[in-house]
Amino acid sequence: MTAITDLGIAGLRDGFRAGDFSAREIADAFNGAVAGAKALNAFIIETPDHAIAAAEAADRARAAGELLPLSGVPLGIKDLFCTAGYQTTAASRMLGGFTPTYESTVTAKLFAAGAGMLGKLNLDQFAMGSSNETSAFGNVVSPWRRNDGGNAALAPGGSSGGSSSAIAARIVPAATGTDTGGSIRQPAAFTGIAGIKPTYGRCSRFGIVAFASSLDQAGAMAQDVRDSAILLEAMSGFDPKDSTSLDVAVPQWEANLSSDLKGKKVGIPKEYRVDNMPPEIDALWKQGIEWLRDAGAEIVDVSLPHTRYALPTYYIIAPAEASSNLARYDGVRYGLRDLPEGANLQEMYAATRAAGFGPEVKRRILIGTYVLSAGFYDAYYTKAQKVRALIARDFEEAFRQVDVLLTPTAPSAAFALGEKSADPLEMYLNDVFTVPASLAGVPAMSVPAGLDGQGLPLGLQIIGRPLDEQGVLNAGLAIEQRAGFTAKPQNWWAK
Amino acid sequence: MSSYRIQGATGEWEVVIGLEVHAQVVSNAKLFSGASAAFGAQPNQSVSLVDAAMPGMLPVPNEECIRQAVKTGMALGAEINRWSRFDRKNYFYADLPQGYQISQLYHPLVGEGTITIDADEKAGIAEARTIGVERLHVEQDAGKLMHDQHPTRSYVDLNRSGVALMEIVSKPDMRSPSEAGAYLRKLRSILRYVGSCDGNMEEGSMRADVNVSVRKPGDPFGTRTETKNVNSIRFVMAAIESEANRQVDVIEGGGTIVQETRLYDPDRNETRSMRSKEDAHDYRYFPDPDLLPLELSEEFVAQCRAELPELPDAKRARYEGELGLPAYNAAVLTSDVETARWFEALLDATGKPGAEVARAASNWLISDLFGALNRLGKAIDESPVSPKQGAELLALVADGTLSGTLAKQVFEIMLETGDDPAKIVEERGLKQTSDTGAIEAVIAEVMAANADKVAEYRGGKDKLFGFFVGQTMKAMGGKANPGVVNELLKKALG
Amino acid sequence: MSVDAATVRKIASLARIAVTDGDVEAMVPELNNILGWIEQLGEVDTDGVAPLAAVIPNHQRLREDVVTDGNIRDKVLANAPQAEHGFFAVPKVIE
Repeated sequence: MTAITDLGIAGLRDGFRAGDFSAREIADAFNGAVAGAKALNAFIIETPDHAIAAAEAADRARAAGELLPLSGVPLGIKDLFCTAGYQTTAASRMLGGFTPTYESTVTAKLFAAGAGMLGKLNLDQFAMGSSNETSAFGNVVSPWRRNDGGNAALAPGGSSGGSSSAIAARIVPAATGTDTGGSIRQPAAFTGIAGIKPTYGRCSRFGIVAFASSLDQAGAMAQDVRDSAILLEAMSGFDPKDSTSLDVAVPQWEANLSSDLKGKKVGIPKEYRVDNMPPEIDALWKQGIEWLRDAGAEIVDVSLPHTRYALPTYYIIAPAEASSNLARYDGVRYGLRDLPEGANLQEMYAATRAAGFGPEVKRRILIGTYVLSAGFYDAYYTKAQKVRALIARDFEEAFRQVDVLLTPTAPSAAFALGEKSADPLEMYLNDVFTVPASLAGVPAMSVPAGLDGQGLPLGLQIIGRPLDEQGVLNAGLAIEQRAGFTAKPQNWWAK
Repeated sequence: MSSYRIQGATGEWEVVIGLEVHAQVVSNAKLFSGASAAFGAQPNQSVSLVDAAMPGMLPVPNEECIRQAVKTGMALGAEINRWSRFDRKNYFYADLPQGYQISQLYHPLVGEGTITIDADEKAGIAEARTIGVERLHVEQDAGKLMHDQHPTRSYVDLNRSGVALMEIVSKPDMRSPSEAGAYLRKLRSILRYVGSCDGNMEEGSMRADVNVSVRKPGDPFGTRTETKNVNSIRFVMAAIESEANRQVDVIEGGGTIVQETRLYDPDRNETRSMRSKEDAHDYRYFPDPDLLPLELSEEFVAQCRAELPELPDAKRARYEGELGLPAYNAAVLTSDVETARWFEALLDATGKPGAEVARAASNWLISDLFGALNRLGKAIDESPVSPKQGAELLALVADGTLSGTLAKQVFEIMLETGDDPAKIVEERGLKQTSDTGAIEAVIAEVMAANADKVAEYRGGKDKLFGFFVGQTMKAMGGKANPGVVNELLKKALG
Repeated sequence: MSVDAATVRKIASLARIAVTDGDVEAMVPELNNILGWIEQLGEVDTDGVAPLAAVIPNHQRLREDVVTDGNIRDKVLANAPQAEHGFFAVPKVIE
C-alpha cells in the first residue's frame, strides 16, 4: 500500500472518506514527516497542534456525516499568510515574533473547508527572491539533487520555496503559495510539482503580507493538476474586504477537469524563444506542443511583441509598490524595534528598518523609492504602467486567436544555492517567462514535464485568458497525462 | 479688487492668498475602514486593524464619504469627475501608520468651482467677489501624537487615523485677511448646508493651510509659504497679516522668501518655519494599487444632486424675492443653515403664506430671539422657545391680542418657563384691552391728577401728548391697546 | 540616469533605512546596473498609451457607511513593541 505521505489532496480526501485511514492518522503521518525533514528548512514554524485539531474535527465530521471539501487534508501555509495566533514573519527579522490577531481570508477559507495547518512555510523575505536565499530564517533546500553524484544544495525556487520543497519532499500534500512575478510557478518548475496562479482578483489578498499589490496573487501548489484545482477552488472567492477582489462565482474546476482539447487553440509565443535557452528546455517545449496537439488542440504561432520589456517593467512597478507597502514596518505598532541609545523617532525608523530588512528587500525598497521620487516618477513609473498596458494588450490580442499559451516556465532547471545570489540582475532574469502573465493579471500554471540531463525537473507553463483557470488546468492536465512525470527526489533529508 | 495693502519702506505691497481647507466629512465610519469616525472614544478604541496598518490589511472606501464630497462639490458649482482615483502620499511619521496617506493628487474627485464672498464695507470688501476653487479631493486623516504625558516618550492614538477629510483648495484669488475670513465663513456655511462637515474649527473638524505671498501691485506672484493647520478664522486672518508683514520685511531687508512650511503661533502672533518637515517634501505620490479607479455612475451623481439642499445664495435670493425680506434680514437668516431652518419652521408654524408673515417673523427672530439667545449664550438649535411657540406669539401680536410691549413681556416669560404664549396670556391676564369705557375712565383719572399739564397741553405744548399716553398705559399695566389710547386721549384732551 | 553615493544616501534617507559607507559603496554599482537595465523601456513607443489602471477590468466597490469595526484595542496593541495606557509609545517627538 502507498504511504499516506505519498498521497496528494485527492488521494487523502478520497481515502479518508472511504475509511482507509482516519484524519488523525493523516495528520500524524505528515506531522512526523515535517518533524523529520529539518534539513530542508522548509518550515519557519511547525504547527502540529493545528493539524491535529483539524484532523480530530474531521474525524468527528466523518462520523456525523458532515464532511467538508478538505476534511482530513492537512496543508502547508506559506508564511506570508497571516494566521491568527500563529507567528507570521514573511521570513523577515522585521516580523520576528509577530502573531496576528486575525486570519487571512484565504487561510480562513481553507480552515473553514476542513483543512488543517502543518506549519508556516519558509519563503524569500517578503516574497522577494527567486531562490529562497533571502529568508531571514535561512535558505530552503530543494529535496532534488543533481545526478552527478555531487551533493550541491539546490534552490527550491522562490519565493514560495518552502512550499515547493515541502511538496516535492512529500512532507506536505499541498501548500498555499503567492505569486507576484512567478513565485508559485518557478519554484513549482524547479521541484517537479504543479502550481497555479489564478486570475488577479480570484483569491483575496486580505491578510496576506503585501509585496506588490497590483501583482500579488495567492495560488495553489500541489503534486498534480487535480490537486491544484481542488486547492484553488477552496482558496478562491469574492471578498468584500479586498477592493481588487473579483465578484464572480468560483467555478467547479475539479469537476470540470478534462484533458480533451479538441477545438482548442494553443498559442506558441515566438518571443519566449530567448537567447541562451538550454536546448533541453527548447526540446521540452517542442515536446509539450506535440502533447497538446495529441490532446486535440490546434497549435498556432502567436506574437507577444512586448515580452522582452516585461522584466524591466516589473522591476519598476513591483519595487515601487513594495517601497510603499513596506513603509508600515517602522517599529511603532508591531514587529522589530531598534532604538539606539538617544535616538529620535526618525532615527528609530532608520535603525529598525536597517536591522529588520534583508539586503534584497532593502535593494528593492531603494529602487522603488528612487523610481517614485521627484523628477523620476513619469520617466519610470508612468512609463512602466504604459508598457504594462501594452503587455496586457499583447495578451488580449493573442487570446483573440487562441485559448491558451504554452511556454517554458523558467529558462533553466534549479541552480545551486549561492550560484546566482551574487548578481541580483542575473537572479531577476530567472523570472523572464513568468513575469508577463503577472503583469497582465492572467491565470498561469506550471506543470512538471520532464527531467534535464542532470536529473532535475523542468516545467511547462500554460497561460490562459482572464478567469479561464479551467482552460489552463485542462491544458495542464493534458500535458501531465502525456508527460507521465513520476520522478521523485531521493530521500536524503529524513532522519 | 481689495484695497488692502501693506505699507513697506519701498512702497505698497499686495498680499496674495490661497487656502487649503481640510474639512472632516460627516459619516458614521471611517473612509477606508468600518471603525467609528466619532470623536471622544478612549485612546485607540475607534481603531480597526486596517487603521493600524497591520500587515495584509486593505482599504475599502466608504460610499457615504464619497457622496458627501460629491454633494459638496456640487454645492461649489464644481465639475464632478466621474473617474477619479486614490493616490498614496508617502512619508514617515508616528501618526501615519501605513507610512503613506491615501489621498488624491492626480485625479481628484471634484474639479474647479467657485465660492462667492459678499461685499462687507466694514471689513474692507467693497463688492461681492468670486473666489475660484481649484479642486476638492478626499483623503485620510492622520492619528494624534501626545507629547506631554511622559518625559521621554510621545504617545500615539490612532482614533483619528483614517477618518475621511475633504481637502478644498482655493485658487490664489484672495487679496486680504478679510477676504480669507469671508471665504472661510462662506465655505463653512456651505458645508453645513450640505451637511458634509460640521465646520467646527475648535474641535478641529475644519482647519486651513494658508498660502501667502506678497508682490508689488501688478507684478507676477511672489514665492509663497504655507502655514499649516490654522484652526480658527481669526487665527487665519492674523496669520496672513503677520506672515505677509514678515515677507515684506524679509524682501525689503534684501532677503528672499523660501518656499517652506510654517506654523502659526497664536500666543506670539507670528509664523515660524517647520524645518522638521522639510525633508519630507518628496512624497512619491503614485496611484494606490490596493484600490481601483473610482467610477461614479450617472445614477449616483443624479442621486447626489437630488439630495442637495437649497444653498445659502439661492435661499437668500428667494427670501429677498419671494418673501420680500430686506437684504439685511435675508443675509442674516441664510448665513447659517440652523438659523434658516429655524426661520422656515417658524414660517411653517404660522400656517400663513410666507410672504404675509415673513417680514414680522424675521424682525422678531433677528431682534428678539437672537437678542435673547445672545444673552443666554445659546445657539439657535438650543433655543428654549420652539418655532411653533414663536409662531403662536407672532399670531397673538397680529390679531391684536398682544401689543408689542406685551409681546416682549410674554416672550421673556416663555424663555423662563418654556410655556406657550397663549397659556401665559391666559394665566397672567396679559391680554391687551381695547375696552373704551375702561380706558376712558383711566384717562379721566390721569387728567384729574395732572390738571396743570392738561392746561399746558391745551395752551399749545403738544409734546405733552406722549406724557399722557405713557401715564395711561402705565396705569393700565401696559395692557391697553395703544391705538385706542391714542384715539381716546386726543378726544379727551380736545 | 545614474546614481552616485549622495543619491543613494538621499534615497536611503527617504526610505528611512540607515546605511553605512560600506553599504552605499556596494549599492551604487548595484543600483546603477539595475537602473541601467530598466532604462531599456525608453525604447518602447508609448505615445497615446494610457497607463494601466486596473489589471483585470473591475470597478471600485463602495462600502456602506456602517460602523462594523473598532473597539478592539487589545488586538490593536497586542504586538506593540511598547504600549502604555492604551497608547503606542515612541521616542519623544519635538514638533
